[in-house]
Amino acid sequence: MNVLNTFLFVAFPYVALTVFVVGVIYRYRQKGFTVSSLSSQFLEGNKLFWGTIPFHIGILVVFFGHLTAFLLPRATLAWNSIPVRLIILEVTAFVFGATVLVGLVSLMLRRITSARIRAVTTRMDIAIELLLLAQVVLGLWIALGYRWGASWFAADLSPYLMSLVTLGPETEAVFALPWVIKLHIVGAFAILFMVPFTRLMHFIVAPLHYIVRPYQQVIWNWDRKVIRDPGTPWSRARPNNN
Amino acid sequence: MTGRLKMDVRSQISMVFHLDKCIGCHTCSIACKNIWTDRKGAEYMWWNNVETKPGTGYPGKWEDQKIYKGGWVKKNGDGIELKGAGKPKSLTNIFHNPHMPVIDDYYEPFTYKYLDLIESPAGDDQPTARPISMITGEPMDIKMGPNWDDDLSGSPDYARKDPNLESLSPAERDAMFQLERMAFFYLPRICNHCLNPACVASCPSAAIYKRGEDGIVLINQSVCRGWRMCVTACPYKKTYYNWSTGKSEKCILCYPRLEAGHAPACMHSCVGRIRYLGVLLYDADRIESAASADEADVLRRQMDMILDPFDPEVIASAKSNGIADSTIDAAQSSPVYKFVKVWNLALPLHPEFRTLPMLFYVPPLLPVMASVTTVDNREQSEKMNPIAKQWPDSWLYDTSTKELFGTIDEARFPLRYMANLFSAGDTTEIGDRLKKLMAVRLHRRKETVGDIPEETVKQALADTGLTPQLADDIYYLTSLAKFNDRFVIPAAHREQAIEMMEFTGDVKGNTGFGFKAGTAVRGS
Repeated sequence: MNVLNTFLFVAFPYVALTVFVVGVIYRYRQKGFTVSSLSSQFLEGNKLFWGTIPFHIGILVVFFGHLTAFLLPRATLAWNSIPVRLIILEVTAFVFGATVLVGLVSLMLRRITSARIRAVTTRMDIAIELLLLAQVVLGLWIALGYRWGASWFAADLSPYLMSLVTLGPETEAVFALPWVIKLHIVGAFAILFMVPFTRLMHFIVAPLHYIVRPYQQVIWNWDRKVIRDPGTPWSRARPNNN
Repeated sequence: MTGRLKMDVRSQISMVFHLDKCIGCHTCSIACKNIWTDRKGAEYMWWNNVETKPGTGYPGKWEDQKIYKGGWVKKNGDGIELKGAGKPKSLTNIFHNPHMPVIDDYYEPFTYKYLDLIESPAGDDQPTARPISMITGEPMDIKMGPNWDDDLSGSPDYARKDPNLESLSPAERDAMFQLERMAFFYLPRICNHCLNPACVASCPSAAIYKRGEDGIVLINQSVCRGWRMCVTACPYKKTYYNWSTGKSEKCILCYPRLEAGHAPACMHSCVGRIRYLGVLLYDADRIESAASADEADVLRRQMDMILDPFDPEVIASAKSNGIADSTIDAAQSSPVYKFVKVWNLALPLHPEFRTLPMLFYVPPLLPVMASVTTVDNREQSEKMNPIAKQWPDSWLYDTSTKELFGTIDEARFPLRYMANLFSAGDTTEIGDRLKKLMAVRLHRRKETVGDIPEETVKQALADTGLTPQLADDIYYLTSLAKFNDRFVIPAAHREQAIEMMEFTGDVKGNTGFGFKAGTAVRGS
């Protein structure tokens, strides 16, 4: 049992993290053409709205919720020290978790029922959707059955995750968790593992740099002013596409 | 030489389409499709398409920005913003773009199960080749296809839904579509390679860019992430989403051909020889003020941006900007410059979208100028043999030019309609150009047939500010121009272009001298 636990909560996280980092960099640099949101709105736009909006908004809130509790465990615990605030947090998190479920299920139904969407569905799309579905169901189950996650996550799991980051895994608390929560943790690393092999790549390239760039973009292949300057026969200017 | 000291002169490969010469054969579309879009996910794309006007076009009603929210609009305060995209809108609508056309707005691409004709088992019925979708592979009913509205002027579903008719009175519209008076013309369209491209501005990934050297607008396929804002932002709907690769694609103006000195495929194959391509020099400093001018001013300001390539000041400024002498030469003999600036004959399509399109159209005179009158032809009919087929109507399609410009004002196409297409609703701009075309026609009629009095022709030329010499020049470039007159392609300078691919300093260092990295630094 301990071997399995060690594998799942020490070895696998590191494997997943390594595959994630190396895979994402490799795919971005070597296979940039394949990195796309692979939007299917062009083939079907109405049903998509009712799936994609709840799914994305829900998953962003849930993800940043987990991230906050991981990075700021003390603040989270302090916030939760007043019961009303804890309940507000838990209810909010649950609502957004349920939103993810609703969105995901309607996206999957759309994928099954629309012939056009089936035509652009890959095996990896199905794999990642099933994985996400399992993860969301487990998450909601935990929220209902193992209260109050917002607090025990900060108290028990945040130190575990942090110990992984600092390369000194402390696994006692994790080993003792119920299997539902264990599955949820493994699921999270599995998703991380899958990123370079699936369309999940698109969140890596979320276009936040759009905010700061100027609207128009002109690219010169070669700086002709430099070419024409007789003072620089050995130009140090490199072509933009080289 | 005026006092403009500071100019940012750039060169732009620009196009003129002469609509009077377009016969609507779609050869350009096929040439383009065969080279560029005959691929999975791109079957529905027509980087070049030919539309019948009046008509709804492709995708349906693309000009109606109340539906598609393309192009730029004036902000309440200063400046302009993208109508349906831009920083706040693109990022908040990134999960679902509410203004995006879907495939049914274009058409679902299809083929036929031809093999069924050969491989069907013997039976009582003739085998048929059923249409199947090129997306799903399943049998489908074809609801729309490429140029589905071809030649359908007057039809309720297409011509009467033309967004350019909106500002016309019901009476004007009815007059346009009266049986026997109906007319149409063709509008071939490619990417306009705009100076203020909305697609570039809308791209969250910064995948779309304008090439500095020649102004061609391109989408970097390795950087595009399929956020599909460009599809919304382009008011001409000339960026297309490839549903298979998840990337947007658009007309590349056949840049590989241009760099090798060939005309783009659509232009090279043009049967009517309606297409002209050449360099325009323009002042990039004036883009912003032109694009954000009042609607009535946008067209004029755009025309003002285009610089005289013979002006010594412009030449000096171009040279200091690194524009090659050969490009300046090309700008001086550019057929586009002649049509657009010297003769003032060509206009951009929908300048009110504020993207400053660099594809110009010589408006069509033929469908406009002919008038239809009723004549009493009973006398004629009585002379005919009783068994001869008698046409009961008494319409006369009259293209005579007795009254100089009368026919333009009483045109079958209200000038307002043409103005909505080419001059942001300004009827004098379009009227002037049509009159000029008419004057050239009168002049040539006098020269070749000689049945028009000299005085009349002189009057017509004087009214439009032309001389016989200018009229002959226009006639030459319109009707007689050879390949090299129509396409003046500046050299891509392959000796420098190789440096686009690799740094020659690297190669030199590698071939015998034994030093490399230090080379570029020496002497600096």
